[in-house]
Amino acid sequence: MGIEVSVEGLTKSFGSKNIWQDVSLTLPTGEVSVMLGPSGTGKTVFLKSMIGLIKPESGRVLVDGVDMVNSPERDVYEARKLFGLMFQDGALFGSMNLFDNIAFPLREHTRKKESEIRRVVMERLEMVGLVGDEGKLPGEISGGMRKRAGLARALVLDPQIVLCDEPDSGLDPVRTSFLSQLLIDLNAQIDATMLIVTHNLDIAATVPDNMGMLFRRNLVTFGPREVLLTSEEPVVAQFLSGSKKGPIGMSEEKDAAALAAERGRADDPGIERNLLVPQLEPSPGLPERSAVRRRRHRVEGMLDSLTPAARSAIRSSLAARSETATVAAQAASSPPVNAGRADDPAPTEQAGSDG
Amino acid sequence: MTGPAEEKPDGGPAPENGPTSGRPGPGPTAEGDADGSRPPAVEQPLPGLGWLRQTGALFALAVAVLRAVFKRPFQFREFVEQFWFIASVTILPAALVSIPFGAVIALQVGSLASQISAQSFTGGASVLVNIQQASPLIVALLIAGAAGSAICADLGSRTIREELDAMEVMGVSPIQRLVVPRVLATICVAVLLNGMVSVVGTLGGYFFNVVMQDGTPGAYIASFSALAQLPDLYISEIKAALFGFIAGVVAAYRGLNPRGGPKGVGDAVNQSVVITFLLLFFVNLVLTGIYLQLVPPKGA
Ligand SMILES: Nc1ncnc2c1ncn2[C@@H]1O[C@H](COP(=O)(O)OP(=O)(O)OP(=O)(O)O)[C@@H](O)[C@H]1O
Ligand SMILES: [Mg+2]
Repeated sequence: MGIEVSVEGLTKSFGSKNIWQDVSLTLPTGEVSVMLGPSGTGKTVFLKSMIGLIKPESGRVLVDGVDMVNSPERDVYEARKLFGLMFQDGALFGSMNLFDNIAFPLREHTRKKESEIRRVVMERLEMVGLVGDEGKLPGEISGGMRKRAGLARALVLDPQIVLCDEPDSGLDPVRTSFLSQLLIDLNAQIDATMLIVTHNLDIAATVPDNMGMLFRRNLVTFGPREVLLTSEEPVVAQFLSGSKKGPIGMSEEKDAAALAAERGRADDPGIERNLLVPQLEPSPGLPERSAVRRRRHRVEGMLDSLTPAARSAIRSSLAARSETATVAAQAASSPPVNAGRADDPAPTEQAGSDG
Repeated sequence: MTGPAEEKPDGGPAPENGPTSGRPGPGPTAEGDADGSRPPAVEQPLPGLGWLRQTGALFALAVAVLRAVFKRPFQFREFVEQFWFIASVTILPAALVSIPFGAVIALQVGSLASQISAQSFTGGASVLVNIQQASPLIVALLIAGAAGSAICADLGSRTIREELDAMEVMGVSPIQRLVVPRVLATICVAVLLNGMVSVVGTLGGYFFNVVMQDGTPGAYIASFSALAQLPDLYISEIKAALFGFIAGVVAAYRGLNPRGGPKGVGDAVNQSVVITFLLLFFVNLVLTGIYLQLVPPKGA
């Protein structure tokens, strides 16, 4: 069972450089959220602040009654056991092989026997496709493998809150699709609250229940995925299309002169893609995600405050979902004809999606 | 106690934070703002503030280490590994340094004593210098140079690879898990090394005095038992233990807070050795002064 995480008015600066200010959002219990944002906008800093590694100057991060920013260190340490964080670079222990790395949290926090540890670790290794590599040192494997091992380590204690820092970077498109499925399956199995930081639009379109975006030291939006996907906000639209035209530049942000010069130039429409695709479903044989039901209630309650485009997008996706639910129920009652998943929403566009 | 990891962004002296950066308003009056609840965005760069902050953080780490020593479970394996490692890199150089050091002291004291016709005290005097001063300082040299730099480089590279962050995220305190075993191992090695250096140095002194300077073994040993007493050995070992603690904590502190990437680790190692040297020689001065004041010399 996941835990709600609520972030209130978080502000962080390094020296005189403000990273973001007054960020407030709530990760609803057991739901999957995605945080988008151009490179260097402080997404990693945000994740680290949520878990108490970096202390913002003001604001609170409430997890199960503990404020990860201001509570005493002892409480923060205790609360961290609820989290699994996958670091952007894996952050594996260089002196231990993969097996010991993944077994580390088990050996530290549980009294499991070595045979039991072996079973759990091998299960996780299989989940991320690293069986056979457990004896290798982190220096002997590829970057993508390190990331997957980092994910396995983050998941080994069945955390109630999972934070993933760019799980897709360093992975090929196929592995990324598998990873998306893995995250959804995981959510169905342990109902953990998840926050995924990514630049990858395929993950953003198919995985989350909620989406947010950080830009120019602010949280642009955070809400149901349809809200961001239908947003007219120039930053969001530019990010989702990958166009060069818009407020996001190569450096942190464009200045006014560059924007003015750009207006004279030819259009760069970016890549046209339909991101309003159905959300991934858990693999056959797994239970329903219990977050779906909770989210339906929550979203239906807030429909009136949304833009018309977002409202209709939410309505149609909710309707589509109840249809598939009835179809699935029928399929469950009668023996399945074709075992494969017919509805694998292979993204129509793969190129240019990583940042 | 906040972990030292947060010190990274603003831990340095940060002289670049000029008084004008940040707030547009008049700097000095900003403190008296109507809403006193809001902390000023940019700290007033008082001269020496960075130094003070570093020193404070160093002491905070020392206290945290002392507290974590008593926390269970004790990382016995890490301790043994580190002990073995530190011992293996320090024993041979210590032995090799202490023989000529003991010899130099014996020769110097011997020639000085013969000038004032006090040859019979050569043994006692050189042994005292050896045990009380030379041997702790040789230990300091090796503990700071060999053990401290290795600890600092190890922790520093782990910090920049985010291994320590990962450990904290998993609810494991790097101080308890990594720093405490290293500091304890350094202390133990320092104490044992000090014993070894004392013995080797004394033997070297004896050899040089008796063989090279025609001293008599009887006079050497007689003067030794006339002047030396057990507290001399105690203070020597106390010094060594304290040196080990300081070297371990300073190395850990610099290792946990490297600035920037791999280059920062190199700088941190360098600084840790220099800082440790300065501290150890100063502490040696203080301890020697206290000891000479408190413990009456034998026969006085
Ligand atoms: N320890 C630190 N000290 C000073 N500045 C830092 C520190 N960590 C991060 N920053 C700054 O914070 C900003 C945001 O960094 P962050 O790593 O969070 O970006 P990001 O959004 O994760 O980018 P990417 O998508 O490329 O991973 C950067 O401008 C960086 O320079
Ligand atoms: Mg990042």
